[in-house]
Amino acid sequence: MSLVTAENLSKTYKTDGIEVRAVREVSFEIEPGAFVSFVGPSGSGKTTLLNLLGCMDKPTSGRLEVAGTDVTPLDKRAAAVFRGENFGFIFQSFNLLPVLTAYENIEYPLVMVRNVPAGERRQRVLELLEAVGMADQRDKYPGQLSGGQMQRVAIARALVTRPKLVLADEPTANLDHDTAFRIIHLMKEIRKRLNTTFIFSTHDTRIIGEAEILYTIEDGKLLGREVAHA
Amino acid sequence: MRNLCKIASRNLLRYKRRTLLTTSLIGIGVVFVLVFVAVTGSFKRYMVGQITDSYLGDVQVHRRGYVASIENLPLTMNLKAGEAEKIRSALAGIPEVEAVSERIKFGGMFSNFTETTNIRMNAVVPDKEFAACPLMGSRILEGVKDVSSLQRGKILIPELLARGMKVKLGDTVVIVATNRQGSVNGKTFAVGGILESATGPGGRDGYMHMDDAVDLLRLKEREVTEVVVNLKNGNNLKQVSRRLQEAFAGELNPMGMPKFEVHTWDQLSPFANIANMIDVMTFFIKLMLVAVVLVSILNVMIMAVYERVREIGTIAAIGTLPRRILSLFLVEGFFLGVTGAVLGGAAGGAIILVLNFTKISFSFGRNPVVLSPAVAAWDVATVALAVIIVSVLASLQPAYKAARMEPIDALRHV
Repeated sequence: MSLVTAENLSKTYKTDGIEVRAVREVSFEIEPGAFVSFVGPSGSGKTTLLNLLGCMDKPTSGRLEVAGTDVTPLDKRAAAVFRGENFGFIFQSFNLLPVLTAYENIEYPLVMVRNVPAGERRQRVLELLEAVGMADQRDKYPGQLSGGQMQRVAIARALVTRPKLVLADEPTANLDHDTAFRIIHLMKEIRKRLNTTFIFSTHDTRIIGEAEILYTIEDGKLLGREVAHA
Repeated sequence: MRNLCKIASRNLLRYKRRTLLTTSLIGIGVVFVLVFVAVTGSFKRYMVGQITDSYLGDVQVHRRGYVASIENLPLTMNLKAGEAEKIRSALAGIPEVEAVSERIKFGGMFSNFTETTNIRMNAVVPDKEFAACPLMGSRILEGVKDVSSLQRGKILIPELLARGMKVKLGDTVVIVATNRQGSVNGKTFAVGGILESATGPGGRDGYMHMDDAVDLLRLKEREVTEVVVNLKNGNNLKQVSRRLQEAFAGELNPMGMPKFEVHTWDQLSPFANIANMIDVMTFFIKLMLVAVVLVSILNVMIMAVYERVREIGTIAAIGTLPRRILSLFLVEGFFLGVTGAVLGGAAGGAIILVLNFTKISFSFGRNPVVLSPAVAAWDVATVALAVIIVSVLASLQPAYKAARMEPIDALRHV
């Protein structure tokens, strides 16, 4: 059974009175545990598609099912609950909360979204700090970390709720070449260990080859699907 | 909740200067209100004390309709002995009563044998009058400052009258009065003391012994024009007044109306208007504090939301419910209010303490007024609570705005 099923998904919005068809009748399926990338130039509709998948935006038409739930009719609150239960998010600019330490940033979704008991929280956070190689930096604030370190913390935060799906919008765009590779490899490694599904968008040609399933998107349309053979 | 508080407090500490400025502004507002309340309250207490303990007493009882015609000092509205007894027994059953004095009030002519002028006389039983008006002695500017200055044959006259009529302590004067039947009688007195004018309607009043008034007015028995009641604690004023009115409820005149009327000092003294004005000013000062807090917190919270749009987008994206986001900003507003109230309360308390040590004094009438500013714990609690509630309310709009943000728009914010 597919984790994500999109059928004729479209999203149209207006900018300064001009209608923009950001996503046009896109259909695809993603299996659990997949490591998928949506690739395309800037403005091709990757971010809009990821926003739709992450229940942060509603499609204009079409149907979207995630983890067996039709997410298109969810209201704002229900969408927030669904996101908290099923998704992890990794952002291009890391988006860590500057007033929390690395440990506290990872712990945040367990406290503020899931209400996980303290003992279990501590165990999960420490495990992930270890997994992303940030155990020795746990008490540092985001302002004291490098870009790569911040993205590692962001990955740990995305995974700490044990989500079914991690959505990453251009996760390596603000990183140098070596760090970008290390981050993608870290994501793949964690995917293997936890069997979490990763979907990320990128236009970075350096890391496109790392995806196992590659969707090419341009002008809001899916142009093709490639499967990398290991 | 602990985590909400942790995040909120760290966000406040993140902008230390702004937080400091906001809490300082609130604190200064609280200080201003507390010091104002303390100083004006002290002035009010002093003045009320002067008025009630010098002349008016806390409560007065008359025959119904007397106060309306008080300027005429009508002897026809005196209370008969039996009626006065009923008032006495009602007062005896009220433990809050400290002392009671009965007076016969009448208008008369005051003569120094060369000039004559009018005077308002209060005929009293000295012991009882000095007990019901404990500042009576201190009002005696010349003469013995106790009951001996009001023994039979002696009279206390107001200072202005003594000066105008060139009468000195020990001089003999004549009081001429018309009694209820219209017959005129005169009696000589020795000036036993010269009185400082009391603030209020008692400013031109003289005093004599009750028995002298009975002779002068040719009364068959002791009558009473007014009963002055001094309370152990002025805060029980309304309660005692109510109890007296209840006690007199069954006493009706032939018209079926209540026979007696009970007035508290504030119904009799024009200073009550000044006291009310002080209360109104205090209310407006508090309103200004509310405005200061409202504007400060609203401003700072709007800035906080505006500066953290992407953070709000992030936490909303990862599943934080809108009400949690709302709570986060409300807690920040709450902390700002609490900090401002605590700082202001502490600084205000310290300033009031210093003012008590330094003793504020100023001239009000003849005597210098020395204020002892004090603020009740209840007042501090009310002001602090108001500041905190207003802080939370002022945070509500920005917090609501943050909670309603669409994560997708917030994340796009640059």
